[in-house]
Amino acid sequence: MSILIDENTKVVVQGLTGREGQFHALRNRDYGTKIVAGTRPGKGGENVEGIPIFDDVEKAVSETDANVALTFVPPAFAKDAVLEAAFGGCDLIVCITEGIPAKDEAEMYDILKKETNASLLGPNCPGLISPGKANVGIMPHEITLPGNIGVVSRSGTLTYQAVHELTNLNIGQSTCIGIGGDPVPGMSFIDVIEKFQADSETEGIVMIGEIGGTAEEEAADFIKQNVTKPVVSYIAGVTAPPGKKMGHAGAIVSGNKGTAEAKIQALTDAGAIVVKTPTEIGKAMKDVING
Amino acid sequence: MDLFEYQGKSLYQKFNINHPNSKLIKNLNDLNDPINLNFPVVVKAQVQVGGRGKAGGIKVAKDINELSQYSEEILGMDIKGHKVEILLLEEASNILEEYYISFTLDRSEKKYLIMLSAKGGMDIEQVAEENPDDLVKFHVSPSEKLMSSTISELINKANLNKDHEESLSEIIKNLYLMFTEGDCDLVEVNPLAITDDGVMALDSKVSLDMNAKYKHPYFDDFEQEIPIPESEKNAKEKGLNFIKLDGSVGIIGNGAGLVMSTLDVVAENGGKAANFLDIGGGAKAETVSSALEVLEADQNVKSVLINIFGGITRCDLVAEGIIEATKGKELVWPIIIRLDGTNSLEGLEILKANPNEKIFIEESMDSAAKLAVHKGL
Repeated sequence: MSILIDENTKVVVQGLTGREGQFHALRNRDYGTKIVAGTRPGKGGENVEGIPIFDDVEKAVSETDANVALTFVPPAFAKDAVLEAAFGGCDLIVCITEGIPAKDEAEMYDILKKETNASLLGPNCPGLISPGKANVGIMPHEITLPGNIGVVSRSGTLTYQAVHELTNLNIGQSTCIGIGGDPVPGMSFIDVIEKFQADSETEGIVMIGEIGGTAEEEAADFIKQNVTKPVVSYIAGVTAPPGKKMGHAGAIVSGNKGTAEAKIQALTDAGAIVVKTPTEIGKAMKDVING
Repeated sequence: MDLFEYQGKSLYQKFNINHPNSKLIKNLNDLNDPINLNFPVVVKAQVQVGGRGKAGGIKVAKDINELSQYSEEILGMDIKGHKVEILLLEEASNILEEYYISFTLDRSEKKYLIMLSAKGGMDIEQVAEENPDDLVKFHVSPSEKLMSSTISELINKANLNKDHEESLSEIIKNLYLMFTEGDCDLVEVNPLAITDDGVMALDSKVSLDMNAKYKHPYFDDFEQEIPIPESEKNAKEKGLNFIKLDGSVGIIGNGAGLVMSTLDVVAENGGKAANFLDIGGGAKAETVSSALEVLEADQNVKSVLINIFGGITRCDLVAEGIIEATKGKELVWPIIIRLDGTNSLEGLEILKANPNEKIFIEESMDSAAKLAVHKGL
């Protein structure tokens, strides 16, 4: 098993007619992912390399049974696109778009949560891949290997780095997920880790965090209470200059959380193995699995 | 993007938020024109750093002579490394009560957070720590409106003066609108004051969400008024995310996480990064050559580490950019390159087809960092 996507996943691509959308959707299809539809208002009836275009997601879903939306539309239209996908019948929306205003993200998340059952991955994320089954997003599939380790990360390129280290040691992955680093991400570390814990084929979890926010500390709490599978973790930004704080309000909300030290401490306390550089991730996981 | 106090107050103007009459001056000649303010007048240094009052950057002038004297003293003053270039002159208010209010996004709750306290005008972080009950916190669902009844409840809960409930309610409503409609990351007012002239926002700490720039043309004007360090200007013009640091290994990478991690790995190998430079996702050849140009301006750089893991970024385009920027040039420092991910084989082919004795290709992030530190010694 894998989580969220597999060989039966059917994907509708929002923004398929754009440059990035087309490049990555076709790569996803070449990998074996069922890319069944694209949308573009006013272009219904056309096609991109054989992928039929529909005017909206609802039509695409009713014609093709698509269950996952992959969103490449520009920031100004992204909120509407994600809501359209959710109300149009998709269970999972993977939003790659970078640069969406925080207010749009907050509203989008709030509406999704109150009025739909859809899950959102991203925005500003690389998407996800279940190696050997499906790739939905912009991750380079060449570096993956089918297997039993779940990978979750806030950073796109660091996700690739971690997956690469695992594959180099012949440790395969069940699903690799980039949750994105925006202020209001859809799925959190906790949402993903909960699914990895429940997945019978996932035997270990790699979690990559970075400085800022409190998502890693919250995940550490969750791991301590609920996760029995081994967790290997890496936090980027130990030597980064301290970021700006959002006035006194920001300081009150985050307290002493948010630093690399606080996150590493919280994860260590939760029983995770925290490594110092991303290149150590593979070996640490190998040691854990081999006891 | 953090705004100056006066910029925040110009947003108050836009959103009908009551604040003192004021005037901006950038040099002493500006005082020759009529200032049209009633004395006493507060002279406030406009710097983006805390503690300006203690540093002597805020003074109250009771007449025009004192105003000239204080303006002369404060203009050009250095406050914690920030030079004072602009003064905000404001009519002094007779303050009866001081409150604190802020609006921000609570990332963990994914909701807007309003914090309100009757203990304003002082260190609010201390209030939050010592008397948490004196700081009222309230979350608003982003897809819902802030109701007047909710505002009344908050005023009540925070024990603000009920005699001024109507004006307080009005100003809170407008501050909330400024926060949401105005796409602010933060609106913080300390103090929000009851004065002889009614309820007023006496200070402003505002940060804008630059992702929303396309909605608000005035974001651009604010941005141009905020000085950026000379070293970062060039990078900014080229659309690169660059922060100058004090080491000697120049860093270019894609994605904030990977670049941060590269800094860490360089440190693990005994080196120190000269900068943080993220070329972002989907970089083209010219992005990479601009990045190399930016590093050329830094005299401290002794070696350069290019660490790319392609996803939406294509390694072949990165390689083309490197060749474009270095072909036929005498390189001032060695460049160590590590390419992985999307089209990395094509990228490596391009580099190998254009050999340069100062360009080194490494297979892993660790070995590349090690070599970059070594070559920079």
